[in-house]
Amino acid sequence: MKVTVKLFASFQTGRFKIEIRDYPDQTLIGTVVRELNIPEGEVGILLLNAVHAKLEQPLNEGDLLAIFPLVGGG
Amino acid sequence: MDKILRIDMSATGGPQQSTEKAGEFAALGGRATTSTIVAKEVPPDCHPLSAENKLVIAPGMLSGTAAAISGRISVGCKSPLTGGIKESNAGGQAAQVLARLGYAAIIIEGLPEGDDLYKIHINKDRVEISVDNSNKLLDNYPLIDKLRKEYGDKVAFMSIGTAGERLMVSASIACTDPELRPTRHCGRGGVGAVMGSKKIKAIILDDAGCTNRPPRDAERFKTANRAFVEGIRKHPVSGEGLPAYGTNVLTNVLNEAGGYPTRNFKTGQFEDASKISGESQAELEIARGGKATHGCHRGCVIQCSGIYNDKDGKFLTKQPEYETVWSHGGHCGISDLDTIATLDYWDDNIGVDTIEMGVAIGVAMEGGVIEFGDDEGAIRLVRDEVGKGTPLGRILGGGAGMTGKAFGVTRVPVVKNQALPAYDPRTVQGIGVTYATSTQGADHTAGYAVATNILKVGGDVDPLKPEGQVELSRNLQIATTAIDSTGLCLFIAFPILDQPETFQSLLDLLGGFYGIEMTGDDIVALGQKVLTLEREFNKGAGFGPEDDRLPRFFQTEKLPPHNLTFGVTDAELDQLYNWD
Repeated sequence: MKVTVKLFASFQTGRFKIEIRDYPDQTLIGTVVRELNIPEGEVGILLLNAVHAKLEQPLNEGDLLAIFPLVGGG
Repeated sequence: MDKILRIDMSATGGPQQSTEKAGEFAALGGRATTSTIVAKEVPPDCHPLSAENKLVIAPGMLSGTAAAISGRISVGCKSPLTGGIKESNAGGQAAQVLARLGYAAIIIEGLPEGDDLYKIHINKDRVEISVDNSNKLLDNYPLIDKLRKEYGDKVAFMSIGTAGERLMVSASIACTDPELRPTRHCGRGGVGAVMGSKKIKAIILDDAGCTNRPPRDAERFKTANRAFVEGIRKHPVSGEGLPAYGTNVLTNVLNEAGGYPTRNFKTGQFEDASKISGESQAELEIARGGKATHGCHRGCVIQCSGIYNDKDGKFLTKQPEYETVWSHGGHCGISDLDTIATLDYWDDNIGVDTIEMGVAIGVAMEGGVIEFGDDEGAIRLVRDEVGKGTPLGRILGGGAGMTGKAFGVTRVPVVKNQALPAYDPRTVQGIGVTYATSTQGADHTAGYAVATNILKVGGDVDPLKPEGQVELSRNLQIATTAIDSTGLCLFIAFPILDQPETFQSLLDLLGGFYGIEMTGDDIVALGQKVLTLEREFNKGAGFGPEDDRLPRFFQTEKLPPHNLTFGVTDAELDQLYNWD
């Protein structure tokens, strides 16, 4: 299945900003994070189709996954 | 900070000054000081630009000490924008200098007769209030250039641009940064118009010969400060994200979450958000020889600001904040960072609140004055209309609410007539509660539920549901009111919400400085006390529960992509102030 993955802030360094990537059906978000060599403890915000998600959630065809470190501002 | 300077601009024969003992204010600061004095001395039903209003300026409880990141200055008055009480704070050098000079507050009251324009020069030995009409109708940058020649580079300036002189209710008070640029603004609520009404163009603060305020318990204070700094540096938000990308790191976050108000709150995502994101901005700043990391005052350990150069590598403005990039960017359908930076420069120069001005421009776009996405048109409106005080400029400078009325716009994003900041309350329901109920009008900083709703700092409350939002906003509003009194930058909230030991070091910092024991309960009690008196002031000014509401369109228009309306009920909003 195809999933669009977007990375932000320091996670872009040495990786990418946006890619459409191929994964087996029902791949977990955590698997994607590990495959990208992002330490789980550094993940701050996960947005799956604009809704907050957790590492153990499975992905589906056409999903949009945004991965951020812990960030803030205001 | 054992004294208060009182200046009566109405006195016969010209302004009179007097100094009084600080009394209860010696151990208070910031918002607690300004709001207490305003509530006590200003009739709530007075006209904000009349002689009865007072402009109160106060450094924080820890300003002028060795405490890290303690450079927030508070300005209080009755707001000409909202008609309620106002506390607007900013960074820059002013708080540290004023505190080292020993002042717990400056109270400026009355109105002078005639058209003379004044400046106030304060140093260790004296306070001089003098007429200087050569400063008339100078904007902030040329004004500060001129004043630097007169007073040198080892001072701090607070000033108003032409918007303040023209009494526009979006006018700010500028505070200079360490390089003496007028880039840090007490922006919200029209405090610059109150300073303008009192005919004060600039305050020059010179702390030559002064030293840091000494702590009562030096050892405890020093140890706490070390732990406090360590806690700020080790938290990913204050230690990494903010220094590297600035506050604008939020553009992508809010956009991805569907809570980025676009083209005057029509949708929650902007197709060009990545072009104006903090990541793009930092990359551009570095490529042009500017800086992506810069502190607004000495002693800042976060350094969330930066230096934005133009394409020729020349200074254009300080790094525009997230709120500014949104108000002049996505809110107006504008996706060019240079346009946004140019608008940021003009806002600082004219001396207007970037949120109020950007939102007003977007509302004017909705009303057909110019098209959404018209970069040149937006610059022209700010520089040539607001900046020159034309009739159209005065409408825009009157804020988003006035602009909406002038052009027949029905979607006007204001609460208590103050423009909403950069988070849509339909997707970030917690911040909607803060916008609706804050004593200040729509103000994200008053209770930053975005942290818990979206950023997942300090807990996790679902942003899309109304459940739990009132309690969240209440607790944050109480805590924020206390932080706004310390002089510490609000961004310390990220580490102290997540790290109990950093919160403890904050208590020890205050306790060590004043030689007392501070607990979390003391912080809560201070926050509640100040909020209560602010609310009482607003009641006296004519505000009731019906004013603690979002504009109706947030309940009737669904916001894509989540297609939600604001779900917190009026009855729930009325439960926010449940402690008195």
